[in-house]
Amino acid sequence: MKKRSRRKAALSLLILSLCLLLAVTLAGVLLRDAAMETDFARKNLPPSLRYPFGTDWMGRDLFVRTLCGLSMSIQIGIITASVSAVIAFLLGSAAALLGRGADAAVSWLIDLMMGIPHILLLILVSFACGKGFWGVVIGVTLSHWMSLSRVIRGEVLQLRESGYVQVAQKLGMGRGYILRRHMVPHLFPQFMVGLVLLFPHAILHEASVTFLGFGLSPEQPAIGVILSEGMKYLIMGQWWLAVFPGLALVLVVLLFDLVGSTLRKLLDPASIHE
Amino acid sequence: MERPILEVEHLSLSFTQYRGLLGRTQLPAISDLSLRIHPGELVAVVGASGSGKSLLAHAILGILPYNASLTGALFYNGAPLTPQRQKAIRGKELVLVPQSVSYLDPLMKVGPQVRNGRRDEAARNRSRAVLARYGLDPQVEERYPFQLSGGMARRVLISTAVMEQPRLVIADEPTPGLHPQAAQRVLGHFRELADQGAGVLLITHDLELALTVAHRIVVFYAGTTLEEAPASAFQEDNTLRHPYTRALWRAMPQHGFHAPEGSLFSPQNQEEGCPFRQGCPEAREDCAGSIPYRQVEGGYVRCIREVAP
Amino acid sequence: MKRNLLFLSKNLLKMALLLLCVSMVAFFLVSVSPINPLQANVGQTALGSMSPEQIQKLEEYWGVGQPPVERYLAWAGDVLRGDMGTSLIYRQSVASVIGQRLQNSLWLLVIAWALSGTIGFFLGAVAGANRGGIWDRLIKSYSLITASTPAFWLALLLLLFFSVWLKVLPIGLSVPIGMEASAVTLLDRVRHAILPALTLAITGVSSVALHTREKMIDVMESDYALFARARGDSNWRILRRHGLRNVLLPALTLQFASVGEIIGGSVLIEQVFSYPGLGQAAVAAGLGGDVPLLMGVTLVCAGLVFLGNLAANLLYGVVDPRMKGRESP
Repeated sequence: MKKRSRRKAALSLLILSLCLLLAVTLAGVLLRDAAMETDFARKNLPPSLRYPFGTDWMGRDLFVRTLCGLSMSIQIGIITASVSAVIAFLLGSAAALLGRGADAAVSWLIDLMMGIPHILLLILVSFACGKGFWGVVIGVTLSHWMSLSRVIRGEVLQLRESGYVQVAQKLGMGRGYILRRHMVPHLFPQFMVGLVLLFPHAILHEASVTFLGFGLSPEQPAIGVILSEGMKYLIMGQWWLAVFPGLALVLVVLLFDLVGSTLRKLLDPASIHE
Repeated sequence: MERPILEVEHLSLSFTQYRGLLGRTQLPAISDLSLRIHPGELVAVVGASGSGKSLLAHAILGILPYNASLTGALFYNGAPLTPQRQKAIRGKELVLVPQSVSYLDPLMKVGPQVRNGRRDEAARNRSRAVLARYGLDPQVEERYPFQLSGGMARRVLISTAVMEQPRLVIADEPTPGLHPQAAQRVLGHFRELADQGAGVLLITHDLELALTVAHRIVVFYAGTTLEEAPASAFQEDNTLRHPYTRALWRAMPQHGFHAPEGSLFSPQNQEEGCPFRQGCPEAREDCAGSIPYRQVEGGYVRCIREVAP
Repeated sequence: MKRNLLFLSKNLLKMALLLLCVSMVAFFLVSVSPINPLQANVGQTALGSMSPEQIQKLEEYWGVGQPPVERYLAWAGDVLRGDMGTSLIYRQSVASVIGQRLQNSLWLLVIAWALSGTIGFFLGAVAGANRGGIWDRLIKSYSLITASTPAFWLALLLLLFFSVWLKVLPIGLSVPIGMEASAVTLLDRVRHAILPALTLAITGVSSVALHTREKMIDVMESDYALFARARGDSNWRILRRHGLRNVLLPALTLQFASVGEIIGGSVLIEQVFSYPGLGQAAVAAGLGGDVPLLMGVTLVCAGLVFLGNLAANLLYGVVDPRMKGRESP
């Protein structure tokens, strides 16, 4: 009995987290203008009830700015992670199904891309795109597909050798049929979990590369911008400029992690023996 | 007759599993298994591979996985076999001879594994002696598990069991992958252990081989025991009581190689009643009810025709 | 012996080829950039007040206008001869810039790598051996939280705490400001390296711990662990005799393969502490359009990553008796 309610609790936690993330995203979109409002009369205020995150040197409400920045990060994170996951799926399956040549080519490509440390690759891609929004999006997309692609390749290889697929082949079933009926249902949970678990990484990398100055332009209230600008004022004791936005970012990332791992626990047949 | 070294009474074992997103079921692996082993006896539990027989071994040793739930009673030498007792006698009086070389640490040489880490002179002498007893020379101690052939591996595994004086030996599927002479030799070693006074529980799928060394055979099918009979009863099929046992007998190569009709049992279809009733030529309506494991002359049987002829 | 040499040379060749491809990809990326290095470094207003001859001189200096393939071949040829070009923003040879910066970074990288490796291994082993227990849950939570924390924010927090509030450690750079080079002591260097190295180590622990934990769980649930239990061994004994030995090799291999992560982390952390290391050079090069330096740093970093992978492969090939055993009859 206890175990049944544990799984029910997991499902409710999942839904709650998703709602929270959705709320943050929407709030950020709605508060876009409020985040840019400056008011020098209220500058450099420490956190209070009125301004829970305090205000910065231009009098901007840090809480509203943070929400806005988080919302942007979430949106960018979801888009880039999704495209990354699709690339990973296509390349991983291609490597497993299209013969030795394709496998070697994809493996070589993976080794190549993984040879450049993530951040450095992001810097290069951002540089190639002239910095800015697209640089970040393309960069983050291109740097995350590798490990998921390896996982999918492994899964598809295993499936290809599995009993029921071999039987279907011997029975003369077409490749498309086998893919649809036997492989995709098995791959889908893995793929979804892998996709969701890419979100936190994508968000963190976007924030990092923006922090360095390669991503979104300084006018946008992106988290990376907030933190990099706030860094200059830390020495003057305005600690709230760094602590709260960063904490909020960590919480968002943790929420996505929670969603991903809860999803895995619920969908993964191996957790059958709980 | 001496007191049995091992008594298993109405052992049932099931696992907790998750169905779909939130549902939970118990998957039964063994139901109502009973048997007794006396010192000096070799009892073979014969059943299809993967039908849960290894779990019997793990249950007796007390090393079941965490999601297993167990009912029934175990007795060792007359006293209840509690988890504390299991822990105390495991590896010394109560030993397991596992199925394959994967049960040895791949990164450790054979010698230290046979001796289970003991470095003193007495242990070294003993391990050398034990290996020699099974025809393995001292160089084997310096090898790694992956360097052993199938037969050598089996003999090393037996050696680990007899480092001390075991009183109950559980042999889990010792013959798959061995050619007939090697299998015969390995089984001979187990019979030797029984002849020297230990009780031996042989878990196997090979009825033919089991008959060459066992004193008694317990027929295991679909998670439960159907019949227990002395080995001598297997010379003719009319001394066997359960229709499944007779079908097994007829399926043996020297008795005609007849395969039984009907579908294979699967645990999901578990309801009450005899699991063989779909393939049984003598099935009746009341085979679907609960059938007790009845003691008869020379053994036990679980068939409705013994209860209500 | 011969087999080992063959293995080594095959891997070195692969490494060289990969580096070549990395250089091509990197060069392609920097050459399609619309960033005009003149604008990035000289500034729009300054450009406006220059004569066409001055602008042309600058353009030549910054390499604007040549076709990319030509530039790549020229660059590659130079590199093979040992000349990585001249850094545009530092006005020294790229090799010497990288040399200096690498020295500084190595302090951080090695300390952080060793610290995170040992602590991570220990934590992961404890967690895996006590699966489901309180220590496992604590270690998992710690790893999850650390993995979700951006390295640069952690650096900011530590900077805030130790340098701004407690004033115990210096705010940044690698040596005290304004001090003559000869006057800088080892203690000074260490003091300036502590915070960056500590931050880097903390961020590195989580992935090591989680990986080690997984491997340890595999070991504790293996057949040979079960058999050990059947022979009367306690959990602790199984961990000691079988667990550590069987986990050590995968863990070490993973350590060597995680060089890329540590380097990536150092880029962010050096920026926060203004630590003049390789990472900070990469950022400056990227922001300033300093193509030669950017290419040089990319090459060196990729080279380090591939060396780490090579070490990992060698470890498995040489240490695992099952691999060694293939040689014997």
